[in-house]
Amino acid sequence: MQMTHVEPRTRSDQFEAVCAIIERHGRQPAKLIPILQAVQDEYTYLPEEVLNFVATALAIPPARVFGVATFYTYFALEPKGKYVVRLCDGTACHVKDSIPILEALRSRLNLSEEHKTTPDMLFTVETVACLGACGLAPVVMVNGEVHSLMTPEKAESLIEDLKQAEAAAVAGEEG
Amino acid sequence: MGKQDTLRIDGRDVAIDAERNLLELVRKAGIELPTFCYHSDLSIYGACRLCLVDIEGRGIQSACSTPPEPGMRLRTNTGELREIRRTTLELLLANHDGSCPTCIKSADCKLQALARRMGVDKVRFKAPTRPAPLDESSPALVRDPNKCVLCGDCVRVCNEIQGVGAIDFAYRGSQAAVVPAFGKQLGDVECVNCGQCAAFCPTGALAPRSETAAIWQALDDPRKKVVAQIAPAVRVALGEAFDQPAASQTTGRIVAALKAIGFDAVYDTSFTADLTVIEEGTEFLQRKVNGGILPQFTSCCPAWVKYAEQYYPDLLPNLSTCKSPQQMFGSLARQVLPRILDTAPEDLVVVSIMPCTAKKYEAQRSEFSQDGRRDVDAVMTTQELARMIQEAGLDFSSLEPESLDMPFGFHTGAGVIFGNSGGVSEAVLRFAVEKITGKPAGQVDFHEVRGEGGLREASLTVDGTEVRIAIVHGLANAKLVADQVRAGTAPYDLIEVMTCPGGCISGAGQPVAHNGHTRQDRARSLYEADKSLPLHRSQDNPFIDRCYQEHLGAVGGTVAHRLLHTHYHGRKRLESEALPLSEGNGDGKIQVKVCAGTACFLRGSQKLLHALLGYVEEHSLQNMVDVRANFCSEQCAAGPTVIIGDKVLQHCTLERVRDVLDAELANHQ
Ligand code: SF4
Ligand code: SF4
Ligand code: FES
Repeated sequence: MQMTHVEPRTRSDQFEAVCAIIERHGRQPAKLIPILQAVQDEYTYLPEEVLNFVATALAIPPARVFGVATFYTYFALEPKGKYVVRLCDGTACHVKDSIPILEALRSRLNLSEEHKTTPDMLFTVETVACLGACGLAPVVMVNGEVHSLMTPEKAESLIEDLKQAEAAAVAGEEG
Repeated sequence: MGKQDTLRIDGRDVAIDAERNLLELVRKAGIELPTFCYHSDLSIYGACRLCLVDIEGRGIQSACSTPPEPGMRLRTNTGELREIRRTTLELLLANHDGSCPTCIKSADCKLQALARRMGVDKVRFKAPTRPAPLDESSPALVRDPNKCVLCGDCVRVCNEIQGVGAIDFAYRGSQAAVVPAFGKQLGDVECVNCGQCAAFCPTGALAPRSETAAIWQALDDPRKKVVAQIAPAVRVALGEAFDQPAASQTTGRIVAALKAIGFDAVYDTSFTADLTVIEEGTEFLQRKVNGGILPQFTSCCPAWVKYAEQYYPDLLPNLSTCKSPQQMFGSLARQVLPRILDTAPEDLVVVSIMPCTAKKYEAQRSEFSQDGRRDVDAVMTTQELARMIQEAGLDFSSLEPESLDMPFGFHTGAGVIFGNSGGVSEAVLRFAVEKITGKPAGQVDFHEVRGEGGLREASLTVDGTEVRIAIVHGLANAKLVADQVRAGTAPYDLIEVMTCPGGCISGAGQPVAHNGHTRQDRARSLYEADKSLPLHRSQDNPFIDRCYQEHLGAVGGTVAHRLLHTHYHGRKRLESEALPLSEGNGDGKIQVKVCAGTACFLRGSQKLLHALLGYVEEHSLQNMVDVRANFCSEQCAAGPTVIIGDKVLQHCTLERVRDVLDAELANHQ
């Protein structure tokens, strides 16, 4: 399986990037949404302290920034796992039994509606409304890569493969 | 002028004047269309869908968001409209936890009243709610999210009137809620405790915090001497809770009620308001004569003080150093009353009765405690007093009025008008004019500072000295003026700021106003109280004179300063973590925190941070130095602030940071 490897960015790189994003949008409160999008691209989620910084820089109340960040499901306020597993629950996938797949994924990883990310920060399981791949339903996406015609069994072995790949990588680093 | 435009409401012609929307017209026609989310002082939200009307040719529309057009024909009371309204109310009730008998808002709840009026007798829907925890973190308010109907009134008051924005809508759909930033508790954010959100909240989702239990407990304790101070605005509003005509004056009955409840002595905050006038007026004249820092802002409103500390730390030297009348009373009481009442200092319990929720916060500020004991032990609102009177079973209207206790019961009219916006300015003028001219002034009333506008100006020339005054209420207005002061363009000497609309008479602790002219009635009543008193200038109060002779020494002197003045400091808006900018958890490294709070941010802390991160990298100090951005180090007046280890560096430059950091590094090794 092919995994894209992203250079880890240092925290100070990320902070400088946030400053640049805010400047690029002219510190305009009206640009809050594009700013949050760009910040999320940088951090993969929207950390509270960074949102507070954005509010300060735009001179708007942090409660408003929080309101916008929680209104759109696109924005995440919690850090996500290394592998973000998105199960499509749009109409096409739903009628082709996406729910048992979700249940399999969750029980395999000991996750639930409230707890979407494993404590080791490896996996996040979410549902999305439609991935636009209805012809291949039911669909699961892992870090942007689409896996089609899923079944609960296939989903479980997908997780197993990722876990093994991780274990191997860790062993490789240590050995 | 042409013929007056009209439209037809329920078959009657109604003239269109300056009404902005159909709702105003319908109400002018004497029809009380129900609303939840409409307030004439706020922007129009059109969310509650209760003010629906049927417009011929257009169908059903919300009246609050439809402008009147000549010739429109509308109906307000069809079967269909009644059915829709009932269903809407049912839906609102379905989202509400319905714990009405135990709700503090029960008697004033708009949701309850409308449900009754609209004949809702059952709720067919059930919301799948999980109870949200109560938020009791604020010294002023209690938030019960389970009672929120999402009308957004509080959000708009806080944003539009107060310019704070401490609460806002968050999440969506069935999860939607009104919350402080990041779902924190109200006590951990920038809320200034003004309570106006609670005054506008139609249900009990936001309500003043009650302290009556602690007060009853003190009253029950035979060793305690419990004394009360009554703020000016309370006396013109309490009667409303007992169906007395709006704004009737009730001072004598309040005293009688408090004595019947068990208070040992009852005094008047107007006495210390007189004292405030003398101290603050003297401070003002000194600044004016000696070229001190002007304009001088008033400091008697604690919500404004917290706002200034959070948003204008650079202007804190402009705030009068005078304590508010409530806190002046507190320190004076501790100093003087044990002897007068023949009690041990620790057995004296000082209770304030205030129109205000922010006073609850003020009384617990650390500046106002000595040796761990608060100067003012408990603060109850006018509403809480009404409940205590009801609980005690007293028939308020038939109480025989009693007089206030001396010496702190004696007050002049200047101390009474403090409750109105413009009142402090007028009281100070009554003092200052006499001081400037050196002879007793004939003039008592200064009509130029009275009025209702949220931002008023007045200027008068006394013996060639010009005094320019701005009077504001609502913090959004205060912001406009403070921005001018910051920019150096404010043409004023004195700026009076009250947070609540119209001043303390509309404080959030007052009985819920049931009509649009309550505020005007109360204001008028305070000016009448002034008229009916024998003295109108604070400096004429003989007990104040005596107080200086016996306890305080010279006006503005050392003792007066210790007891009657205070100081302010920059204050962070949110309780929040610093943002780590170095890798790892920082253990064993030198901690460097660069403030990214607003004041420091504006002074260039971001550039400093950038340069510092560059320096750390350039000299490969990543393993030794842990850099974080924090949000306000509460040293705002001297920013940019950088904290290295336990050293706080003010007015920081990169050179300073480098020097101190290098020294720390040398130590560290
Ligand atoms: S008390 Fe005042 S500042 Fe605090 S949330 Fe309510 S309206 Fe806003
Ligand atoms: S204006 Fe008066 S009632 Fe309102 S917050 Fe200030 S002191 Fe309290
Ligand atoms: S903003 Fe308050 S100390 Fe920096």
